Parts: sequence; C-alpha cells; structure tokens
Amino acid sequence: MTVAEVQHADLETLDFGLSGEQRAVQELAREFAAKEIDPLVDEIDEAQRFPKEIFAKAGELGFLGVLVPEEYGGSGLGYVDYVLIISEISQVDPSVGLSVAAHNSLCTNHILKFGSEDQRQRWLPDLATGRKLGAWSLTEPNAGSDAAGTRTRAVRSGDGWILNGSKTFTTHGSVGDVCVVLAVTDPEGAKHHNISAFVLERGMDGFRPGKKENKLGTRASDTAEVVMEDCLVPDANRLGEEGEGFIQALRILDGGRISIAALGIGTAIGALKTATRYAKLREQFGKPIARFQAIQFHLAEMATKCAAAEILTLAAAAAMDGGRPVTRIAAEAKLLAGEVAVFCAERGVQIHGGYGFIKDYRAEKYYRDCKICTIGEGTSEIQRLVIARQLFKENR
Amino acid sequence: MKIAVCMKQVPDTEASLRVRKDSLWIDEEELTFVINESDGYALEEALTIAEKTGGEVVVFSLGGERVREALRKALALGAARAVHLADPAFEGGDALATGRALAAAIQAQQFDLVLTGSQSGDAGFSSTGSVIAGFLGWPHAWLVMGLEVEDGKKAAKVTREMESGVNEIVRLALPAVIEVQAGINSPRYASLKGIMQAKRKEIAAVTPADLGLGAEEVGAAASLLETLAVFFPESGKGAEIFEGDPADCARQLVEKLRKEARVL
Ligand SMILES: Cc1cc2nc3c(=O)[nH]c(=O)nc-3n(C[C@H](O)[C@H](O)[C@H](O)COP(=O)(O)OP(=O)(O)OC[C@H]3O[C@@H](n4cnc5c(N)ncnc54)[C@H](O)[C@@H]3O)c2cc1C
Repeated sequence: MTVAEVQHADLETLDFGLSGEQRAVQELAREFAAKEIDPLVDEIDEAQRFPKEIFAKAGELGFLGVLVPEEYGGSGLGYVDYVLIISEISQVDPSVGLSVAAHNSLCTNHILKFGSEDQRQRWLPDLATGRKLGAWSLTEPNAGSDAAGTRTRAVRSGDGWILNGSKTFTTHGSVGDVCVVLAVTDPEGAKHHNISAFVLERGMDGFRPGKKENKLGTRASDTAEVVMEDCLVPDANRLGEEGEGFIQALRILDGGRISIAALGIGTAIGALKTATRYAKLREQFGKPIARFQAIQFHLAEMATKCAAAEILTLAAAAAMDGGRPVTRIAAEAKLLAGEVAVFCAERGVQIHGGYGFIKDYRAEKYYRDCKICTIGEGTSEIQRLVIARQLFKENR
Repeated sequence: MKIAVCMKQVPDTEASLRVRKDSLWIDEEELTFVINESDGYALEEALTIAEKTGGEVVVFSLGGERVREALRKALALGAARAVHLADPAFEGGDALATGRALAAAIQAQQFDLVLTGSQSGDAGFSSTGSVIAGFLGWPHAWLVMGLEVEDGKKAAKVTREMESGVNEIVRLALPAVIEVQAGINSPRYASLKGIMQAKRKEIAAVTPADLGLGAEEVGAAASLLETLAVFFPESGKGAEIFEGDPADCARQLVEKLRKEARVL
C-alpha cells in the first residue's frame, strides 16, 4: 500500500489541510507550550524534575485525555489533533511531549480500547483530566525489543492474581498513579497468547517504583523501574480477554508509534527553528552566518525532512482516524520522524558551533532529547522489521 | 447578566508591517490576525462576571470573513453566541460609523452591560466604546482597571486609571459601556472541549438592513473622517546608540540625560 492508497478515502477532502478547529487546537497547544512549559524547560531538565504543575494545567485544558470521548471526561479528538498537540509541545520540550504521549496513547488508550464499560468509568475520568497520571509497563530488563519474552508472572489466587516481577524503563514509573502492567498468565500457553494486561494503582500492597533512571535526554520525563512483589490484583483489574495482553499491546503500540512520530517531528522542528533564529543573529566574517550557503543548505535540508516526516505522520494519523490499518504507515512515520529528529538535532548543534555544545542554548538539549525517538516504542531497527513484514504480507 | 463584548481583530503584534500600495492603510495580504489585546481582557472580564452572576456573554465583531476566526476563538473561550457584522458595507468606517453599527446590533438585543477594550492595537483611536455609549445613551467608563458589579445588578463600581498614576473609583448605573485596560485580569486558555463546543455555537451574520440601517449610515460611506496617508515616520534622526559594556553605556546615558536633555 502506498501512502496515497492508505489515504484514498480522504484524498479529496483532507488535502492535508487542517480544519478551523484543528488550527485552533494547534494554536492552543502552541500558546500553552510557550507560556506554561517554555519558562521551566532548562530548570526541569537540569534537575530531572517531573513538572507536576505543567501536567495539572495540561489536564484542565484537556491535553491528558485527547483521544478519550467526552462521556469519560476526555476531549474526544482524533489522531490528527493529537499529532498537532504532541508536536507543538515537543517543539518546546520533548520531555513534556514524551510524557504527554505516554500518558495518552499508552496507559489511557489501553484502558479505553480494551477496558470494559465499568473499567472505563472507573479510571478514564481521572486520567483524562490529569487528576491521575498514567504509566504503561511492557519492557523488562530481558524483554525489550523482544517483548514477547516477558517474565513478569501473574498467578491466579481466588478471584484475583498475584503478580511478581519487575519492569524497566516505565515512563511515569515513579510519579504515575495508574499503571497498565503486562504479565504472563499462562506460561504453557501459545506464544503471543499467554500474556494479560492488568491495571495496578499506586499504593497497592507489593507494588512500588524501583530505581529512577538518570537519562541522557528527556530528563524531565520520569522513567523508572516498577516492581511487583506478591502484589494481589483483583480480576476486575484485568483488561480484555485473558491471554490477549500481548496482542493488545501491539495494537496500542500502533497508535503509540504515531505519537512518538509526533514527538520526533516536534523535536526536529524545534531544532530547526532554534537554528534558524541563531543563524540570523550570529555574525562571522562580518555577516550573519545565515548568509553562508553552507548554513542555508543545512537549514533547507532540515526543513525538507521535517516536512516529509510531518506529512507522513499526519497521513498515518488520518488513516487511524479513518479506521484503516495503520501498522505499516505508523511504523514508517515513526522510523522517518525519529531519524529526522536525530538528523535535525545534530545539524542544529553544528549550526550553533561551540554554542551548540554548551547548555546556554537549546540546541544542545534537542541533541540529547532526540535520541529517544529512535529507541522508545520500538527501535528504528524494529520499525524496519515491522515495515518489511507488512510489505511481504501485502504482496503475498 | 447578559453581557455584550465588542472585539476587533488586529494584525499580530509580532507581524512586520508594510504600507499598502495606495498608502491609505497597511498591506493586510500576508498578515496574521489576532484578537485585539485589551478586547481579550474585556472578554475574560465578561466571562468571569457571567459565571458569577449567571447569564451569558455575546461577542460582536465587525469586519470581513477573517473575523469569524476571532469570534470562534471567543466562543471556544466560553462566549455563548456571536454576532458578525459581516456585510462589506460595514467596512472602512471611522469610529463613528463603526460605533453606530455596533450600537445598533447591541440594541437589537437586551444587554445589562457592554464591555470592550480601551484601545485597538492598530488604529488606536480609543473612541469606538464612547461612540457606542453615545448611541445607546448609556453611561461609560474608559481605561478601567477594576470592575465590580454591585448586588442587585443595578450598578457597577469601576476603578479607572488616570494620568500621573492617580486612580479613581466611580459608580455607573447599568446598563453601561465599560472599556477595560489590558492587564485587568489574566485571560484563560480555551480548552480542547471549548474548541469543539465552539463548533456547535451560533455565529449570526447581520447586514445593515437587519439592523435597520441604510447603506449610507455605515462603513466608509458614513465616515466623517478620511484617511489621507499612512506611513512610517523616518527613524534614526537624532538617535544615538551606545555600544560596549552595559554598565558603561548606562553611565553615558545618565550623563547625557542630565547634561544634554536635562531631564534628570
Ligand atoms: C526514556 C524511555 C522511556 C520508555 N518508556 C517506556 C514505557 O513507558 N513503557 C515501556 O514498556 N517501555 C518503555 N521504554 C522501553 C523501550 O520501549 C525499549 O527500550 C525499547 O523497546 C528497546 O528495548 P531495549 O532497550 O531492551 O533494547 P534491545 O531490545 O536490547 O535492543 C538493543 C539493540 O538491538 C537491536 N535489536 C533488537 N532486536 C533486534 C532484531 N530482531 N533485529 C535487529 N535489531 C534488533 C535494537 O534495535 C537495538 O539497537 C522506554 C525507554 C526509554 C529509554
């Protein structure tokens, strides 16, 4: 399938132009990022502080329940709006972008997509308004790219389950209130059909955050280990079919990839804007460096890659909103946007020269933050595997 | 309380302006437009009062197609309805013509209070509000920095900023027209829900005829003021730029202010 084919239903009306409401959503996110996030960026990065105050405000405005229908307290928007929001926020701070993305499209979306009506009523209103912060734990020390290698165990006990194991690299592992945990419920079961998803809540006996990671980038986004020690979880907290947790996780990652692609676009555009501004101000040899063709070519290349990644990601988002299959296009968008983020962040530093190497300018921060885009929610290598697998499936 | 808010859309303050070819106005081709700053504060004030006293806020704007975007934003922020004085005949008017049209639109409904900003960020005449008050025959206050509707909703107490940092407090019988200053409150954000709800709210487009006005009573045709030219004044003359160490520059500046300008 080509992008045009995926887009077919929308090509006449969508035109990749945004509706008045979508532009208003984008403008709101931009205003929010400029006023509420920008003043804190350097401090929270240096201190590795998760900015609760930003999330309280984001919750009030609806940014923490973007995809959740209004009946559960959410904003009831689609993936195109969601991409615009994550991109705008990430242009100012990829840390906040990553956290908003993980909260929305991993934890909250898993409960929305696979929770029963009772479960949705129970957790979504608090998550969608930011009264509670969401986390999603799939990755383990020995099960990263190979997520099916999950070892965390859930053993039936009465009308509940006893969970044991530990998860690594959970976004909001230490600050989260609600955590979706993937655990093996049937070790003898068929591969990919032996894992189930559970909702764990802060304060449950035997459930605690472990080590908080000291990271290269996105340092204000909390990433921590999550530990389950004989943690009793009621069966009412199990999401969807027993044994289908891994398949659910793959579905959630399809949407998650679109949000990480949006994070990549935001990071890339942020780096581009910062570098463009700097190039106009910095003078060498008696003129602004923006007048040197070498610098212009860097910027032009960055801008073109940003545009390509943005269009592909919006196409993936529109396909998602249209209910069409997105596994391949979402992986393509994430792969491209992630690589573009790294490319643009690197060029951004180069354009800044020595000032790109120090923390007085944001170029340095984009350079550190961008790298998560080629790793989180499936590395670039894994995206290529997914894309190739889909290619062969489509051309059987 | 039922509150009318008059809002103007003006060029984004960050836009770089060019004079139009006919030299009668700025070139609006590639400009982005925003809600006039003090009008945004007027809207916030209206929304807060309506929340406290019950009632609704209706926003009014005069201008071309583009002002619908400003009205949509006001609806997203919480206004209940909007009225768009949309006919091309309304355009190109001075404060008198514009104020007359807005007053007629406001009079067509029952309001307890009209709020506007004190000044527009482009033309800056600061008189549309007074003109509206004149046509309505209502009391009026300008440069308002504090506003309190008294119990019983019969009067409002306003704090006005006067020259030389002196403030005064005056009581106005309602209905009244109150022009607020930027900074009177802190405007809220729209919410995502607000943006979606705005889609379902009404923006009524009205023509001069709808307001009982003839074409010669509105817009350019009714203006008593004629723009002869707009231009950028020559800059640079008499300006002196200090360069180098900031502390040193400050010292030189003080010296000049004392000895040459004799203002210190
Ligand atoms: C900041 C941050 C936040 C995160 N947030 C979350 C979260 O909220 N929830 C969660 O569950 N996880 C989260 N993760 C985990 C993330 O998804 C994993 O780190 C990622 O999937 C890679 O797994 P790994 O780290 O174990 O790397 P590995 O799988 O060990 O990969 C190492 C290298 O081998 C390559 N590789 C592996 N398998 C193959 C293959 N088959 N073919 C070719 N190359 C291969 C990889 O591409 C990579 O280059 C987060 C990670 C980070 C850094």
